[in-house]
Amino acid sequence: MIAIALKITIVMVSLAVALNVYRLVKGPDAPDRILALDSLSINAIALILLLGISINSRLYIESALLIAVMGFIGTVALAKYLKRGSVIE
Amino acid sequence: MNPILEAVIAVLMVSGGAFTLAGAIGLARLQDFYSRLHAPTKATTVGVGSITLSSMIYFMATTGALALNEGLIMVFLFLTAPISANMLAKAAMHLRVQQAENTKGQAWDQ
Repeated sequence: MIAIALKITIVMVSLAVALNVYRLVKGPDAPDRILALDSLSINAIALILLLGISINSRLYIESALLIAVMGFIGTVALAKYLKRGSVIE
Repeated sequence: MNPILEAVIAVLMVSGGAFTLAGAIGLARLQDFYSRLHAPTKATTVGVGSITLSSMIYFMATTGALALNEGLIMVFLFLTAPISANMLAKAAMHLRVQQAENTKGQAWDQ
């Protein structure tokens, strides 16, 4: 049962990645592209967790945590750059 | 493994994938930036949250030991998703990103 659910979920998250890439390429303004990059990093976390379940290993969970931290910092830095013109004032 | 536990893991995993897909569809199809902003935050909190929960339950059931690293990821995502959405909304208001005609209210006039 878990194997079938894993396959279905990986297909769903991969479709989500494709839709996010569509918004990243098309997005009319800069905040749209930043939002698409943020949700791409979150989908990467989901895919890494699913990979860990599918190969039955806990090695990659710390990399998911690192992607979460770095995605948040990147989003905040880009948003501050758009708003203020500089990242650190 | 216990079949009830297996069913719980499978349901959590598929519902998380469905929420992630719904958030991505909302990001791709909604009309303007201010309505597009709310869709991926649901994908963050509910979607990835339930996928991390299913991973936690799976490794606790297979190894028999505590597996709390995924809980750390979940707590971090729950804390940071509203902050990044707020900062993106502020940046879009500063840049005066256009909104669709049928979106109610002007965000920067209040």
